[in-house]
Amino acid sequence: MKQEFTLSIYSENHVGLLNQVTTVFTRRHINIESLTTSESAIPGIHKFTIVVFTSREQVNKLLLQIEKRIDVIKAYVFTADEIVHQEVALYKVKTEALLNGNEIERLVRQYGARILEVTKEYTIIEKTGHKRETQELFDKLDHFGVQQFVRSGRIAVTKLKDELLSNYLKKLEKEKSLLD
Amino acid sequence: MLAASSFEKMETQTQTTMEAKETTRKRMSGSEALMQSLLHEGVDLLFGYPGGAIMPVYDALYHYQDKLNHILTRHEQGAVHAAQGYARVTGKVGVCFVTSGPGATNAVTGIADAMVDSTPLVVISGQVGSALLGTDAFQETDVVGITQPITKWNYQVKRPEEIPEAIAKAFYIARSGRPGPVLIDITKDAQFAQFDFEYKPTKKVRSYTPKTAVDKDKVAEAVRLINLAKKPMALVGQGVVLGGAESELMEFLTKTGIPAAWTLLGLSAMPSDFEQNVGMLGMHGHYGPNVKTNEADLIIAIGMRFDDRVTGNVQKYATNAKVVHLEIDPAEINKIIYADVPVLGDVKESLPMITSMVSDNQHEEWLAEFKACDKIEEQKIIQPELHPVKEGLTMGEVVRRVTEKYDDDAIVVTDVGQHQMIANRYFKFKQTRSVVTSGGLGTMGFGLPAALGAKLGQPHRPVCLFVGDGGFQMTIQELGTIFQTQADVKIILLNNNFLGMVRQWQELFFDRRYASTELVNPDFQTIARGYGIAGEKVSDREDMDAAVERMAQHKGAYLLEVVVEKEGNVFPMVPAGASVSDIRLE
Repeated sequence: MKQEFTLSIYSENHVGLLNQVTTVFTRRHINIESLTTSESAIPGIHKFTIVVFTSREQVNKLLLQIEKRIDVIKAYVFTADEIVHQEVALYKVKTEALLNGNEIERLVRQYGARILEVTKEYTIIEKTGHKRETQELFDKLDHFGVQQFVRSGRIAVTKLKDELLSNYLKKLEKEKSLLD
Repeated sequence: MLAASSFEKMETQTQTTMEAKETTRKRMSGSEALMQSLLHEGVDLLFGYPGGAIMPVYDALYHYQDKLNHILTRHEQGAVHAAQGYARVTGKVGVCFVTSGPGATNAVTGIADAMVDSTPLVVISGQVGSALLGTDAFQETDVVGITQPITKWNYQVKRPEEIPEAIAKAFYIARSGRPGPVLIDITKDAQFAQFDFEYKPTKKVRSYTPKTAVDKDKVAEAVRLINLAKKPMALVGQGVVLGGAESELMEFLTKTGIPAAWTLLGLSAMPSDFEQNVGMLGMHGHYGPNVKTNEADLIIAIGMRFDDRVTGNVQKYATNAKVVHLEIDPAEINKIIYADVPVLGDVKESLPMITSMVSDNQHEEWLAEFKACDKIEEQKIIQPELHPVKEGLTMGEVVRRVTEKYDDDAIVVTDVGQHQMIANRYFKFKQTRSVVTSGGLGTMGFGLPAALGAKLGQPHRPVCLFVGDGGFQMTIQELGTIFQTQADVKIILLNNNFLGMVRQWQELFFDRRYASTELVNPDFQTIARGYGIAGEKVSDREDMDAAVERMAQHKGAYLLEVVVEKEGNVFPMVPAGASVSDIRLE
């Protein structure tokens, strides 16, 4: 059965890593629903957050193929209930539309969105939330004409008490010192 | 590939340990540093082809000719295949130099072949100057991008200071864990620039775990299944050879009495005449091990990866068996066949752990079932192949004469196709690392350069190349390299004037529509003569023995061209998509 999975991938911060990670998906015709990369809490370690829609069996195989890349330190897979996740969306609407009635203002309040910038011509609205929520606001705003819309990839942190990566790195240090 | 600042990060990340004796820093060019680094890694032989973007490296090589023997091939593909042949017979890392652009892209086929067959290589490619990167400069290609999916690791060097560390890391990664090819791309300015050289071998890389410690609980579980099994079967792969675990394998098999089949790349991991060796798995393997796969109640896969040529239809594979999978690469576990008991780690470590705990056992009746299958195959396939009633020579009888001539103790190198399957079926082995063949990628043109590399790696062992008339012409220019190096490679050209394996499929599955498989060939004897290589052409059975004798007696390379049956087929055969137990004998 296919379902949504969020992968957290930790790697060295090398040029070309993104390509190494994404080809694991493209080779197997698995569509990446969203992708975000940034530095992690640990200096020098990069984090990829990737959302895919696939089966548990397939995602486990993907994980191993990703970890097989030399510069990837560790990869984890989570279902939605195991993480807190968020996306951000930006909407550009005509200021004229904002001024013609109070519907847009009402939507901004209702959806907990905020206005980032207002000029004579346009207004930029920002909303964070899950994809379903940012999409819903888009559908409603679009009645007034959304000129530009963009949604970021997912970012996620785990709900676990233990920090998986830090523990893994500690274990690694211990194992490798034993090898010497 | 890296910005200067991020390279410093890499230095801390790889955490190289200082050697007890610190090497003194000496000022030199990046190119000379490369030579020094290769010497530190124990390299004394390498293959390559010069060109614009790697000229400083070749200039440095000029001063190191007494320590680094460089074999100039006739094409970069040949250089990589030769390095593969060398690596496969020696267990060492094969090394190549190629230039940028077309030099690097010509190397791609060999690198891909080494990747899928787990062959340790370090390929050094020249690159345009760092200022020209990304400008579509003359002979610039993004070789790091191109080879990313077909290397175990790759890296672009843009400063000479990076060279020692990149090379140390390259060798460490290429040879450790599941081996594979590494490519290091060095810009021309980094080759020229001077710096203070210092070498520290890589001992570990944070993000890379070459092998995991063997889990004792998994071993115990494997032992329990092995002790319970009534019809266990071991599948022996190249992991045994790569791990140097041949004697550990024999101890395990001897104690348990379990019948063992080998994969194409597992050939020669045990002696051919070992009582429990039941032959080759897969599409053109032996009848017994294929049929019995679906009767076995336990499969013990040892350093093999369930390639589709081994499994046939995976839905109908090993249907009655539990699976114990001994494997170094975590990504291979459950990739194709679900492992009831995965035993991760080096088989050299896991096998003895299992052997020490399993009960002494014998499986005489079960083994006898394999022997009964052998009888059927002997009668239906092997005897007609070795003693044909037809006039035309078969590939099998040629192979058998050659292996016998060398007392079953030569290194066999093959190209790809019918002759490959026949050579690997009919050649016999006494010692390990006696087979060099392109398994996973099935690269036509692999054979001739790989045979050269094998001979240079094992100069005291006879090297017999079996090659078809198709594949021979894909890298035929390497006859020039064989001539120049005077390498004593015995080339047995099995000539049917066809692309035989494709023709066989056309015959069996495409109603004999022989589309573009018939070759009008040149006179190979004239070509060999042009390259100063002795040889002869044989068409009649009664001339075979004397010809093989002349080839064996001849000092130096020899082209024995044998005209074989035009429409001979390789059997048995598991048709594509069929179950291994539906193997066809005709």
